[in-house]
Amino acid sequence: MGAARTLGATPARVATQDALRGTRMDLGGLLLHGLLLGSLLLTLGVLATLLLQVGTTAWPVFADRGLDVVTSNLSSIASRAGVWQGIQGSMWLMAFVVLFSFPLGIGAAIYIEEYARGTRLTRFINANIRNLAGVPSVVYGLLGLAIFVKLLGGVTGGRSLISGGMTLAVLVLPIVIITASEALRAVPGGIREAAYGVGATRWETIRSHVLPYAAPGILTGTILALARAFGETAPLLMVGVATGFLSLGGGGLVDQLQGPYTALPAIIFRWSKLPQADFREGLAAAAIVVLLVVLLAVNALAIILRNRYERRW
Amino acid sequence: MCEPRGLPTVRPVRLPGGSGAAERIEGLRGDPRRRRRERSVGSVFFAAAALSVVVSAAIVLSLAGEAASFLSKVDPSSLWSEGWFPRRSLYDLRTIVGGTIMVAGVAMVVAAPLGLFTAMYLSELASPRARRWLKPVVEVLAGIPSVVLGYVALAFINPELVQRFLGGTSPFSMLGAGVAVGILVTPLVASVAEDALHAVPQALREASSGLGAKRTTTTVRVVFPAAVSGIVAALILGLSRAIGETMIVAIASGSTGGSLLSFDIVGPGQTMTGAMTALAVGSDRVAVGGGGATVNPVDALFFVGLLLFVMTFALNVVSERLVRRMRV
Repeated sequence: MGAARTLGATPARVATQDALRGTRMDLGGLLLHGLLLGSLLLTLGVLATLLLQVGTTAWPVFADRGLDVVTSNLSSIASRAGVWQGIQGSMWLMAFVVLFSFPLGIGAAIYIEEYARGTRLTRFINANIRNLAGVPSVVYGLLGLAIFVKLLGGVTGGRSLISGGMTLAVLVLPIVIITASEALRAVPGGIREAAYGVGATRWETIRSHVLPYAAPGILTGTILALARAFGETAPLLMVGVATGFLSLGGGGLVDQLQGPYTALPAIIFRWSKLPQADFREGLAAAAIVVLLVVLLAVNALAIILRNRYERRW
Repeated sequence: MCEPRGLPTVRPVRLPGGSGAAERIEGLRGDPRRRRRERSVGSVFFAAAALSVVVSAAIVLSLAGEAASFLSKVDPSSLWSEGWFPRRSLYDLRTIVGGTIMVAGVAMVVAAPLGLFTAMYLSELASPRARRWLKPVVEVLAGIPSVVLGYVALAFINPELVQRFLGGTSPFSMLGAGVAVGILVTPLVASVAEDALHAVPQALREASSGLGAKRTTTTVRVVFPAAVSGIVAALILGLSRAIGETMIVAIASGSTGGSLLSFDIVGPGQTMTGAMTALAVGSDRVAVGGGGATVNPVDALFFVGLLLFVMTFALNVVSERLVRRMRV
């Protein structure tokens, strides 16, 4: 008897556990455990390897030119080319996203969660938003091409910064609505009732009670949506982001907004398809490193905000 | 009486003596200015919510309108011809749909096992502490831009794996692009499937353990079947994302000017999204009048876009249905 044999030497608890578990080795269980853990590690490992590859390919460029790669403009000469215009363009595009999809998205979420929760109309709008979130990003590019470039070409200036920015703003809108809705839903009903109890109207309740409590969640979600927009390339290609050479003329703000533009991921796309090895290998990888550093910083910011302000009810 | 702080002062309710019930209620409603503001704020939020419906309508209308004008101009036989060559007015749908199916199929062969096993590990076997660390990591990986994986496919997967081991001759390959799409989709499948597994009631696991089942038996025989509709939903969502994935294909599968229908998986091929970028970026933009082409190839963009939209929409609806059945 296994249990009896070990009873003297080991604590009774361990011996009892052993006896209950049986002496058969759980081979199938071990195999499954190994398989599942293995695929998790494989997923993480493959991605880590690939990112490491990008890093090592980019390293000579950074070692050679330092941050010059970041601060130079586009050029046909590999030793002078840099991504500065792309960073500038991407920042402008993000400004459009912040300006348009954040207020509109949060407003829509407030309507869905606070004003008309559970009505038939809201259920329809909700289903519609979930479907919008599943539409491939290229299709948003076509929407931008039809509406902002062609239909509103007079205002936007055609294949311009405005068109690109508005397209990304529309693309991100459903994501902002969904994350903001979740944040609002997490605020307990008691908070609202407290405000109603002292005679506040609905908007007063939302402004003074619900939004302050939901703000961290909304902020985290919108920052992650911004990160998503930052890496989007396909819709920008549809609405005519410049991928070749770009000379940003001076001119006023309106001229700039209605003029051509480029974006960091579009530069990566262009460079990775160029026949010259300097661009295709080193420079494209360097641009990816810049992109990933920005995204990592944004993600880290979102996680820090979440950890600092998250509230459990 | 203490005044609620942070709120506008409420006009004291005066019940007008001796008047009718209607006026009394009027008095209870408070300041009319406050009520007006309340209404206008409400309608602003309603407008914001309605905008999402407008966006959907705009997507459908713009795609359908331009696609219809393309179909009215194009010769129907060119939609079923020997290849996808917009410049020669040949728009063979089999070529691009076939390419899409092959790339998405490879992607799912990669993403389905990796994503599901990862989800099962995270949900059922990982310690709570490991789960707290691994889940955000998987979510961050889901945020890697596709253009990055496109570059990776072209620079590493194609030359180092496809060309070296499988005898690919072209720097572009559908296999390499498909593997990269699979890597991109894996975190998404894992995340959605993990939610489905996590939603299985704890009581089922306890009942299974109570009958003496091992944890692995519980996972495979109890939790997995209970979550199966959510898991299928995760796979369908992954497939939908793989079909709509654009940048990886545009960079790494060799979707340039034109392509013949090809089932050579280690060779280049055209997909729907790849054809769209080629049309938009301009390698196909100039209409060379091969056989008196009157159709601007860019018009084909919207037709392919509509096709893509319909396919992904159908998959998303099915996935949504399955998730909802799971909740009941």
